[in-house]
Amino acid sequence: MILEALIGFTFLAALATFLSPDEYAGRVGFGLSLLPVVGSLYMWSAFDATGNALLSGGSLAFETQIDWLTVGGYTLQWFVGLDGISLPLIVLSTVLTSLAILSAWTPIDERQSQFYGLMLFMEANLLGVFAALDFFVWFVFWEAVLVPMYFLIGVWGGPRREYAAIKFFVYTNVASLIMFIGFMALVFNLPVDSFGLPAIAQALRGGELSGFLGMGAGTLATVAFAAMFFGFAVKVPVVPVHTWLPDAHVEAPTPASVMLAGVLLKMGTYALLRFNFTMLPDVAATLAVPIAAIAVLSVIYGAMLALAQQDLKRIVAYSSVSSMGYVILGLVAYTEFGIGGATFQMVAHGLISGLMFMAVGVIYNVTHTRMLGDMGGMADRMPVTAGIFVAGAFGYMGLPLMAGFAAEFFIFQGAFASTVLPAAPLFTAAAMFGIVIVAGYLLWAMQRTLFGPFRLETDYEVTRAKFHDTAPLAVLLLCTIALGVAPEAFFGMITDAVVPLLGGGA
Amino acid sequence: MATLVSGLVALGPAVLLAATGLLLLIINAVYPTEDRPTLLAAVSTVGSLAALGAAGALLTGAAGVLSGPEDSVALYGEALVVDGMSLFFAAVFASVTALVVVASYDYLADDPHRAEFYSLTLFAATGMALMASANSLAVAFVALELASLPSYALVSFLKGNRGSVEAGLKYFLIGALSSAVFVFGISLVYAATGSLLLPDVAAALTEADEGLAGVAAIGILMIAGGFAFKTASVPFHFWAPEAYEGAPAPISGFLSSASKAAGFALAFRVFVVGFPLAGGDVVASVDWVLLFQILAVVTMTLGNFAAATQETVKRMLAYSSIGHAGYALIGLAAWTGSAGGDVMGAAMAHLLVYGFMNTGAFLFVALAEHWEIGRTFEDYAGLGTRAPMASVAMSVFMFSLAGLPPFGGFFSKYFLFAAAVGAGYWWLAAVGAVNSALSLFYYSRVVKALWFDDPETEFELGATPTALYAAVLFAAVATLLLLPGFGPVIETAQAAAAALIP
Repeated sequence: MILEALIGFTFLAALATFLSPDEYAGRVGFGLSLLPVVGSLYMWSAFDATGNALLSGGSLAFETQIDWLTVGGYTLQWFVGLDGISLPLIVLSTVLTSLAILSAWTPIDERQSQFYGLMLFMEANLLGVFAALDFFVWFVFWEAVLVPMYFLIGVWGGPRREYAAIKFFVYTNVASLIMFIGFMALVFNLPVDSFGLPAIAQALRGGELSGFLGMGAGTLATVAFAAMFFGFAVKVPVVPVHTWLPDAHVEAPTPASVMLAGVLLKMGTYALLRFNFTMLPDVAATLAVPIAAIAVLSVIYGAMLALAQQDLKRIVAYSSVSSMGYVILGLVAYTEFGIGGATFQMVAHGLISGLMFMAVGVIYNVTHTRMLGDMGGMADRMPVTAGIFVAGAFGYMGLPLMAGFAAEFFIFQGAFASTVLPAAPLFTAAAMFGIVIVAGYLLWAMQRTLFGPFRLETDYEVTRAKFHDTAPLAVLLLCTIALGVAPEAFFGMITDAVVPLLGGGA
Repeated sequence: MATLVSGLVALGPAVLLAATGLLLLIINAVYPTEDRPTLLAAVSTVGSLAALGAAGALLTGAAGVLSGPEDSVALYGEALVVDGMSLFFAAVFASVTALVVVASYDYLADDPHRAEFYSLTLFAATGMALMASANSLAVAFVALELASLPSYALVSFLKGNRGSVEAGLKYFLIGALSSAVFVFGISLVYAATGSLLLPDVAAALTEADEGLAGVAAIGILMIAGGFAFKTASVPFHFWAPEAYEGAPAPISGFLSSASKAAGFALAFRVFVVGFPLAGGDVVASVDWVLLFQILAVVTMTLGNFAAATQETVKRMLAYSSIGHAGYALIGLAAWTGSAGGDVMGAAMAHLLVYGFMNTGAFLFVALAEHWEIGRTFEDYAGLGTRAPMASVAMSVFMFSLAGLPPFGGFFSKYFLFAAAVGAGYWWLAAVGAVNSALSLFYYSRVVKALWFDDPETEFELGATPTALYAAVLFAAVATLLLLPGFGPVIETAQAAAAALIP
């Protein structure tokens, strides 16, 4: 019941924070958010990795399965549980939420109780997304994440916040609808009587799908795969459906950007892994070349777009498109290191992109600008922030002993050895070229903002950031380094969950 | 005597509603000059909650008259029937009535005719409860009029307000016309079958000779027209936006959810029991399923598109309520006999959820009218900071009406569409889903105004009306809490609907 307790407590914490007075809301929200952190760390320590894979037929860790209601012959269940793929993302969600709340203390100066309440509400739903194993429960949490983010962008965002919020909402909601229809087309033509993901995955892998409306089972599987892939690809996002992302990021307040890049994008790749690649590996294999092409295009094009930006936050935003492209590449490789590395990259990118967005936020708090052309020599005025920014950028570039390096190394190793993907070395080499561009734009951005003579023209004092602004950065940096030094902390449990997926039929 | 007692027990919800209405008139007669707002509101609330409790007790078999939603009791020469469906709808009417009377306490703060307002509301609810029980076309007509006549008065209750009076007049004229059409249809069906009791009508229709097929068919069409009026379906929907906009906002909520649900209750029973599709030549010549398919598609599409172009929130809600009538019509439009129980049960569950979310939305409009902050979307700007809890509730209603998870509206719509797919009408479900996605556009305009926009002029909200605020919050909590409790709701509804199939 610990998963239920965790999710339930976070909802109550959200309500309590929403009702608390504005001047205390930040501290109340931060304090309450620490308990989920403790809970998720406890689950990590108590996690039993043996026999917990989705497909092995065994029970998952912390599993609960209670019948909820039966409609039209289908049983809906409250069905949650964790395996080695979801647990790291749960830990990431709780830690990042706490730090994002801390980083909001300085920039958020109106309607605090609502802001922190929404952050915790979003956290509760994110935990639900990663824990749920019944499609309905999962979909409810999945859609419910949109609502707080819509408000976070629309109320506390920048000048074009309404446009960005509505664009975000419409894009991801339409994508969800298409994905929903694709998934339902599968379930209605399977001889299963529940929406439990393990049962559906096993039935699909067992070849029990029948045709519909004159379509053969193979065609239906391909169409459903495409519908689900589109739905999740918008969330990831991959080129060419990424255009909502820069708008949302630039307008969103820093803590919302942190959550958006850190956790929300992972929902897309997590769902791709859970649905498309777990349930329909054969279709994924036949479509491997186009998917890998999309992945490489996202890596290269996202990095090129980042190179062309003048706004520091936009650079970090576009770099997410690039980094998430690596995740898709790892998934489509369909090897132990490929999928494991993709999962690891989800966590690593969550930490590093959170770190980068927070660093940009701290710089913006003191300079009130994000334009590269306006800044220079910030390292003299705020050495700690600058130091962390540089360290984070190195993590992004894949400096060894940082989480980003481990993740990219796993992915490239897995992708290179892929037997599913034709011409795998070629795709891998093309994606690796992305690292060069990443290094290019990050070094260029750092050189123009942090170093050189100080040339910011302001009529106010540019001083060091406050302690509670830099503390979350430091924590994230420590996590990044820890995971880079000891990737085994997560990678072992990830591979335990990944290996059974590779076994073909159930 | 024993039959009378068990009959009264079985009709408990309707009897309690009627008795409460009468009690209110007596209280008003005993204290003619004194103003007793709290007493009147309390009596109305207790009465409607008692009716809700009675419906629940009967439905679960706790009262010992029925053993469950599949069971039924016929009363008064089978002119009235109490079964799972009638009790389910009685529960919907009673809960909406309770919400509306609580909310009206503040809305009517300065009105001298409070007692009349409450008793009219309860009499209308009595008529609705009887509509759900009517097993004879004559009772159906009388019950329809009992529900309609108080509604006309309630719409024009704000005597000093021209909009309200005009709305009442329009509602009355079109209502009278459609009643005439309805009763004329009944007379034609009677001419063709020689009976008014629904089961007898069904039997006679399968045996009647070809010569009367045309008469019966025209009669059935005219009866369908009467329902289209009561449920505000195209093409008899023109009165709805006018009446809902002009009426006092709690009454708009009452009409657009309870009254509409009553129309569906009556339509479900009359068409499924009275004019079953499986049968002889006469009914086969009137394919009412096709008729309702056309009505459903046109109603939901027209309602949604019209709602998207409105400038005032109340009018938008009025048109969106027409759109929701289109969704509920799927209950009849996807009727196939075998899978029909699932579809109709899902439509009933949707009407229950709708009762909370739509009434709640209109009560929020009532709150805004109480604060006198204007009617357009722009006038709602900035309410999020001034009245956060009520605005959260309104956001819940809007997202739920749009069919977004995790709110009740998502589940009821999903089950409705899934049941339509299960019955083989996947294109109906597709039209519904597309409409639902479109509706997010205009519902989110309200949410955007509440939370994103800054008000153009500084203004102070008046004192918070406690009862109204409580009703809004309660409706929001119910919209959310229906989610974990949705299993029993939809199972009861589907069992009750399946029991109707002859």
